[in-house]
Amino acid sequence: MPAYLFRRILEAALILLGVSLVTYILLFLLPADPVRQIAGRSATAETVESIRRQLGLDLPFYEQYWRYLTSLLQGDLGRSYIQRSEVAELIAARLPASLLLMVAAICAELAMGLTMGIVSAVRRNSSTDQSLMVLSFVGVSAPQFVVGILLLYVFAYQLGWFPISGYGTFGHLVLPAMTLGFMGAGWYSRMMRSSMLNVLGQDFIRTARAKGLGKARILLRHTVPNALLPIIAMIGIDIGIFMSGIVVVESVFGWPGIGQLAWQAIQRVDIPIIMGVTLVAACAIVIGNLLADIVALFVDPRIKLK
Amino acid sequence: MKKWLLTGVASAAIFAAAGAGASDIKQGGSMIVTYKDDVSTLDPAIGYDWQNWSMIKSLFDGLMDYKPGTTELVPDLAESFEISDDGLVYTFTLRQGVKFHNGREMTAKDVKYSLDRVANPKTQSPGAGFFGSIKGFDEASSGSAEGLSGVEAVDDNTIRVTLARPDATFLHVMALNFASVVPEESVAEHGADFGTNPVGTGAYKMTDWTRGQHVIFERNADYYQAGLPKLDKITFEVGQEPIVALLRLERGEVDIAGDGIPPAKFLETMKDPKFKDQIVEGKQLHTGYVTMNVKMKPFDDVRVRKAVAMAINKDRIVRIINGRAVTANQPLPPLMPGYDSDYSGQPYDVAGAKTLMADAGMADGFTTELYVANTDPQPRIAQAIQQDLAGIGIKVELRSLAQSNVIAAGGEEDQAPMIWSGGMAWIADFPDPSNFYGPILGCGGAVQGGWNWSWYCNAELDERAKKADAMTDPSQADARIEEWKAIFTAIQEEAPWVPIFNEQRFTIRSDRLDGPDGIFVDPVHIPVHYDHVFDKGVQ
Repeated sequence: MPAYLFRRILEAALILLGVSLVTYILLFLLPADPVRQIAGRSATAETVESIRRQLGLDLPFYEQYWRYLTSLLQGDLGRSYIQRSEVAELIAARLPASLLLMVAAICAELAMGLTMGIVSAVRRNSSTDQSLMVLSFVGVSAPQFVVGILLLYVFAYQLGWFPISGYGTFGHLVLPAMTLGFMGAGWYSRMMRSSMLNVLGQDFIRTARAKGLGKARILLRHTVPNALLPIIAMIGIDIGIFMSGIVVVESVFGWPGIGQLAWQAIQRVDIPIIMGVTLVAACAIVIGNLLADIVALFVDPRIKLK
Repeated sequence: MKKWLLTGVASAAIFAAAGAGASDIKQGGSMIVTYKDDVSTLDPAIGYDWQNWSMIKSLFDGLMDYKPGTTELVPDLAESFEISDDGLVYTFTLRQGVKFHNGREMTAKDVKYSLDRVANPKTQSPGAGFFGSIKGFDEASSGSAEGLSGVEAVDDNTIRVTLARPDATFLHVMALNFASVVPEESVAEHGADFGTNPVGTGAYKMTDWTRGQHVIFERNADYYQAGLPKLDKITFEVGQEPIVALLRLERGEVDIAGDGIPPAKFLETMKDPKFKDQIVEGKQLHTGYVTMNVKMKPFDDVRVRKAVAMAINKDRIVRIINGRAVTANQPLPPLMPGYDSDYSGQPYDVAGAKTLMADAGMADGFTTELYVANTDPQPRIAQAIQQDLAGIGIKVELRSLAQSNVIAAGGEEDQAPMIWSGGMAWIADFPDPSNFYGPILGCGGAVQGGWNWSWYCNAELDERAKKADAMTDPSQADARIEEWKAIFTAIQEEAPWVPIFNEQRFTIRSDRLDGPDGIFVDPVHIPVHYDHVFDKGVQ
């Protein structure tokens, strides 16, 4: 196990290095000149060059990247071009909100997805099953900004059950978490349904029935726990998927997380922030995948380490 | 020596005139303003966007400001000032007893420090270029001198600014946010983070900034203008999409939607009777235009340029943007002093345009390119222009690119034959016609990386412009504006631009608030002059 972990962490470090290099190249190739943006339209050519020198943007690519990398290793993500604040500080201030939203979204998607999957499997081929599966299909396919605005319009604006936008109370959390979790719920309901059907067809379920166990007991004690195994392993991967989802969902609901920070930075071509958020997101994805693999290892003894 | 003196009584009268019976209005109450983006910075040396511009104006003061809701200059931290006969030396007498939010009294040394700070290359201020006429600017901005030699604190209450050349716009420059007075000790304490820990002398002081959520301003009880600001507290909620802000405003949760009415909801909102009294419409110092590169054939021929100008149906373009603008016929917007209301430019006349094309030997038309920013509604506007020009035989290919690419193409001498300026158009930094000339129509802007995308450079007009800006004597102010008016008419007769429209501004506010209409669409304190907004509930 320690050897496995060590190997995975090494892999993770290499992946992050790769991500940082690719992102840095892409942002370097961007036609926008950040210096002109900082200097403003009334700046003289000398001012522009002076700022370029101060920021080290006159250096060749490899030197700029090396500088970035060395300060990154010291925990310095640089300063935002537009806000002029420390990128690390900007991200740290917003990370808790994003984490909260992601945890809530995992709860939401599991609650919605598992319920739908179990009901569908139990009522297989009924009209309930079919309508739930259509709903799950919608969940998987609908763009999140559409779902978000729809939920916001109906439940916050028309019905007034939840605040329209913002942060702070449990009420604020419900709609963004539902929106973010809706897609995963779609996946999970389908997976749970097939996993349930798979388990329900197994011999031990027949044995349980033969023993005369009640329906509810068979379902809750024997079927669901076994059907859950492949799903638990997926949760870690969700963290990665959520990293792209939060950019949209946080913007729609005014949720003060790093997704919104990224979106604003992209619009203003604030390169240090884009870099910083990308790296944090890459970290989250790598960690999520690692967690997923480790969890899978524990819940399913059939998986063996080489 | 000419002297402009505004005594306390006179300036009080100006501020009283600003709002009908402003002095009767009680202080108190609060409001919530929303914005989509987090506030970038509140450092007056750095902040240069639509969102922080008037926030900074509420936190800080400079030597000069404008009468609320207008483009008329009035002294602010300066109590009075004198201009020497040659127009080179400005001596400001400061108001006494003005205190920073940290309690210390503001002195001439702070003014000197603040101006030096902007010129210092280490500050990386986007406003440094505005100080170009101050003596010693080149040395200070290149870092070879410590501070501006032309700015001296004569004593605690007197600051003297010597210019390297006469500059009639200098008082406007002193009203820019970049010339705001900041206390050295606070800048030293917070360094590069002064922008999130602002300390000024303004009507409001910032008391909280929670990233991604809100910024809170509270009333500065020691503010030097008695009776201002009206509100006790302003909460700026950020991260709110304009469409969401509008829904919340409708429900009474928000008082001002800072980003305005989103285009998709514009017609619906404007027609909605319940918003009738809550929307204020105003002008802004903006012109949207099509540039024609006079260095590229066939736009080197004035007849071709005029034909293009006459072939474009500007009314239709205004309809495309739901009437959020008025059609333009000259570079200057109507709000700008020097706008010529008698001038008609090149009116829409397709037959006349065809004749001009024939005169220029272009009866069969030609093929050219129109560069345009790729964000809505700009491509749709460009398509309308494309159709109009097809009517006189000009085949236009659209180059729809990211904004920065269009700006870069415009800054090259031989790249973009035509550019639609939408999304990047010039909006004046201060209400003086000079600001609409140099960078965008003068020879100085016709350089690589410059903003004069038509590459129009008329040495004779440049000379006249220079002379106009040397008319610093207040008694010449009207003559100077007349001269600028003539310069801009002369330019439009050569049609390097097709001025298309001047955008209007629309501010939507809740019915809890009130104040003179002008402050909700203030031409300088953009978007809203927060200091004068009051709460009806406490009256």
